[in-house]
Amino acid sequence: MSSQETSESDLALIEGHETLPASWITRFKRAPKSLALAWLVVLIVLAWAALPELFTGYSGTEGVPGEQLRPPTLEHVLGTDGLGRDLYARIVYGARHSLSGAFVAVTVGLLLGTLLGLVAGSRGGWLDAVIMRLVDSLLAVPSLLLSLSIIVLLGFGTINVAIAVGAVSVARFARLVRSEVVRVRRSDYVEAAFGSGGTFWAVLRRHVLPNSLTSVIALAALQFGSAILAISTLGFLGYGAPPPTPEWGLLIAEGRNYLSRAWWLTAAPGIVVVLVVLAADRISKSIQRSGA
Amino acid sequence: MIRYLAGRVGQALAVLFATFTAAFLLLQVLPGDAVMIKFMSPEMGLSPQQIAEIRASYAADLPIWEQYLRTVANFLSGNFGYSIQAGVPVSQQLAINLPPTLQLAALAFVAAVILTIALAALSNMVGMAWLRSALQALPSLFISVPVFWLGIMLIQVFSFQLGLVSVISPGPVERLILPVTTLAIPISAPLAQILMRNIDEVLAQPFVAVARAKGASRHWVLWKHVARNAVLPTLTIAGVLFGELLAGAVVTEAVFGLNGLGGLTYQAVGNHDTAVLQAIVVISALAFVTINLIVDLLYPVLDPRLGSKLGTAT
Repeated sequence: MSSQETSESDLALIEGHETLPASWITRFKRAPKSLALAWLVVLIVLAWAALPELFTGYSGTEGVPGEQLRPPTLEHVLGTDGLGRDLYARIVYGARHSLSGAFVAVTVGLLLGTLLGLVAGSRGGWLDAVIMRLVDSLLAVPSLLLSLSIIVLLGFGTINVAIAVGAVSVARFARLVRSEVVRVRRSDYVEAAFGSGGTFWAVLRRHVLPNSLTSVIALAALQFGSAILAISTLGFLGYGAPPPTPEWGLLIAEGRNYLSRAWWLTAAPGIVVVLVVLAADRISKSIQRSGA
Repeated sequence: MIRYLAGRVGQALAVLFATFTAAFLLLQVLPGDAVMIKFMSPEMGLSPQQIAEIRASYAADLPIWEQYLRTVANFLSGNFGYSIQAGVPVSQQLAINLPPTLQLAALAFVAAVILTIALAALSNMVGMAWLRSALQALPSLFISVPVFWLGIMLIQVFSFQLGLVSVISPGPVERLILPVTTLAIPISAPLAQILMRNIDEVLAQPFVAVARAKGASRHWVLWKHVARNAVLPTLTIAGVLFGELLAGAVVTEAVFGLNGLGGLTYQAVGNHDTAVLQAIVVISALAFVTINLIVDLLYPVLDPRLGSKLGTAT
């Protein structure tokens, strides 16, 4: 038994390159097709958000008179809307609104949730009980109703909607981080770190946080997808950015008025939302697996 | 066992109380009072003295802690306050709007369960590998589809393209077909995901191998041994599912222009009608907590293996 272990580690020493992590290119080549596709979708949408001018020559907000409700052609890939605006351009320019909204939402949830979970998990006692009952009560309200309540408080608008969506995910992050912290805290090396004189915050930062990171990042990726869904829903209901902002949910709401004449106006932005959410879901799963 | 029961009920009450307090602070105290928003507008042409009288009649002039105690007492006696905008008791509005939403949600739930069972059964019985992986990928797709967009697409396909469902003056049943489908598809997604994962887990158990070795067919094992063991854990998401149903119903009603809780919520948000919103939030939290409590208490009864664990562990 022990001799075999030695020979294996010797082998690893000799063929050192085998044990090094594969470079990201080979990892990308080895990744399943669906995962590669998911990253491709995310990269394209991120590129849209960063440099929309590179992807379309048309304006995202201003239409061309006389070009209303054109069906998809080579000139207008996804057709034009009721004001003669190129739909593909509107989706490309809208990426910035939808993605930055989702980014704000995930950041709010991640920061607040991680803080609550860390404090509850590492302090324990009555503080843990109070925080976790608060988290439970956040989870007891359907996410849409919770978002709407916060929007009533903050008012309409892109940032307010993003914060309202993020607040919903605070409870999920808090629960996950707390359970991770409790799990890591019980492990021997954390006991040892405390035993060798580590202060509470030092142990938390150096040992507990890094070991809880994988599942938190996986949840963040998943929440990014749900945030895009939730933001588009609230945008559709009219609580988000006002027109003519090309936010994806708003595009679907506007296209709805031309449903019988121009189906592509609602179909196209919806498909983009579905693809991005699916991609986030797929990436989240692969992160979760890599940590397990 | 009694201690477990008392602890569990106490925890549920604590959560409910916290939700109520948070909703009160969030909706009634922080935004300033809704009475002022409505009656201060110049169109009403009221004198400051009249406004003060109206505020007193809504008890909006009392200190916060007194308002809070009054609201607690009112909610406990089933009085959810007055809708500022409509001028009628909130309980009356709920009585009108709750039944259609519950009907939509219940029908969608039944449809979702049928869809889930069909998906899980098919993905385990179909021989072709590509079809099986396609079926197994469906729940992930369902979960990623915006409910409102799905509704619009269904109208587009079935009403405008195929002309199967009339939009102009549909009958009572015809009117509900598309909304129920719209709501059922996203609701079936988490159900199907959990059921499929459980089936896979149970299939890996030794007793399945034993049953197969004894000569039982794959289908027989699936229905007689696996199904019973795999269905039970889906109960644990009953509470979450209820919340999803309610939120989905709100959006679905908005898309299809149906009356119900959705329309009420939509108006309440638009008009800052916080009493209505608070009642809806508290009632949905009450339902969530109750469902979870029932599931928690029922689970050891349905699965005797857990009952014995509870007795020894806690």
